[in-house]
Amino acid sequence: MSPTIDIRLTLPRADFTLSVDLQLPGHGITVIYGASGSGKTSLLRAVAGLERPNGARIAVGQTCWHDDATGVYLPTWRRPIGYVFQEASLLPHLNVRQNLCYGLPPGQDESGLEASIDLLALGPLMQRSVHALSGGERQRVAIGRALATQPSLLLMDEPLAAIDTQKRAEVMPWLERLRDQLGIPALYVTHNTEEVTRLADHLVVLHRGTVKASGEPNDVLTNAALNLQLGDDLGAVVRGTVIDSAPQWQMAAVRFSGGDIWVVDAANTLQPGQTVNLRMFAKDISIALDAPSPERRSSIQNVLPATIIGLDSPVGQPFVLVSLRCGEARMLARITRRALESLGLTLGQTVHIQIKSVAMVA
Amino acid sequence: MDPTDAAFTPATWQAIGLTLQLASVTTVILLLIATPIAWWLSQTTSRWRAPVGAIVALPLVLPPTVLGFYLLTLLSPQGLVGTWFSEWGVGRLTFSFTGLVIGSVIFSLPFAVQPLQHAFQAIGRRPFEVAATLRASPVRQFFTVALPLARPGFLTAAILSFAHTVGEFGVVLMIGGNIPGETRVVSTQIYEHVEAMEYGQAHWLAGAMVVFSFTVLVGLSWLHRRSGAGTHGADSTTLIRGGSTPTEPRT
Repeated sequence: MSPTIDIRLTLPRADFTLSVDLQLPGHGITVIYGASGSGKTSLLRAVAGLERPNGARIAVGQTCWHDDATGVYLPTWRRPIGYVFQEASLLPHLNVRQNLCYGLPPGQDESGLEASIDLLALGPLMQRSVHALSGGERQRVAIGRALATQPSLLLMDEPLAAIDTQKRAEVMPWLERLRDQLGIPALYVTHNTEEVTRLADHLVVLHRGTVKASGEPNDVLTNAALNLQLGDDLGAVVRGTVIDSAPQWQMAAVRFSGGDIWVVDAANTLQPGQTVNLRMFAKDISIALDAPSPERRSSIQNVLPATIIGLDSPVGQPFVLVSLRCGEARMLARITRRALESLGLTLGQTVHIQIKSVAMVA
Repeated sequence: MDPTDAAFTPATWQAIGLTLQLASVTTVILLLIATPIAWWLSQTTSRWRAPVGAIVALPLVLPPTVLGFYLLTLLSPQGLVGTWFSEWGVGRLTFSFTGLVIGSVIFSLPFAVQPLQHAFQAIGRRPFEVAATLRASPVRQFFTVALPLARPGFLTAAILSFAHTVGEFGVVLMIGGNIPGETRVVSTQIYEHVEAMEYGQAHWLAGAMVVFSFTVLVGLSWLHRRSGAGTHGADSTTLIRGGSTPTEPRT
């Protein structure tokens, strides 16, 4: 059984109280998602020991960092963490190399340092002054500095928030590399849905200090009852494998548990065998009662059978969110109340979902 | 002006040497004492912060004669500190160089503590949090983050302490008297010249003090401009960050 991360704490804030009781997987990236003012940074700071919560128990694997019941409390500097702040926070009086080595006093094992220089390609930056780095480079150095200490838990507080959109795209692939190659668990705070869909192995949703959901990312994202206020971003993220590419159409076929779908691959970069995350927005999925047949052809090429498992009508809106089970995956379709009534959709019914467009996220 | 007077007599040189010696010793002792006080004042949330800060600042507002009077009574052989010191085999404190050093340290304390305190405060919490997440103990945080980032504060504190000690008069006269080679510094030497109607020598020495003070002030402002634009400012904005400058944790 893989070790888990236990976080139980109460922390009064200015206008709400952060109160959580979480068991998180001891591997992969757990994204903590919520609007600003939901308490996600406070949660991360409490895990790091930068804030001192009450009635807390914070344990990673077999090691307890904070337990008010037994009087255990490790100060921040005794916790084996790596922390990446929202702003890069490189120490200004040190150059890149000195920043990277700051957490490694002489004589300490430097294998973590070498590994993080390799992983984040920091070699060319080593002798630079931190003042001569771009925003994206600073954040890469900050991540490398955190990893060099070989932490047992990596904590990242909106590491992309202070970087402009263009530079963000530059850092993102490094984070994905981290997710795929790093053996240590990470808590990643963000309010950006794209980061959620690209990075999360586990998703926690915080709202005004309380946990609204904690689970497999797609199950959480497609849980209409959560009312995540995602707007047009609402939808499923499904992981699949490329099985075929068709350069003549600039498209590729991706297989997931619910079937095969064709996605646009304008640059023809997808290779068979590659794993990709597909994002299917609720607004882009429609529902048909009948399977496509020679008489009923459509420009929508991706049609898959699915079972209706939930119907939610947000108050005051003309839409209904239809939750569907497609293979193993949960999906959401946003249709009008009028369509719901004229089709006579009911729970448990098998229908065909028509996926108008698919966004690839990684 | 009496043309027969030499500009700088041996007695004058002696006073200048003694002044520089007093200012150097005082500055070194002050930096050692002021650093922990300034650090504590910059970090503490204790209710003693305001009273301690006020005590440190007292020499700024008290007339030097008041300070000198209390020091005289405390340091005299019959005084509280004086008796205690003589039990430890330290000689006379009043009207001695040692006494002058003690007086100067107290008199210039705010000039060392306040720049350091501001420099420490300007660093903000974040660099220390960064260091803590990188396994740095509080002691290591102090030596590897606080001291280097407060460097401009140390320079300012040293220069101000030195200059202020050179310029003191009242306290020196109260507890040191005006003993040549022992307690007669430049300011009391000028006083002596004036008393003796040696206006020519007083002019030279007074003019030298003006030049010295002017140079110090120009040097300080140059230093501030440089550290403000440079890489080691104690200014919180110099911590390399892309975004805001939060001192309060965000949620």
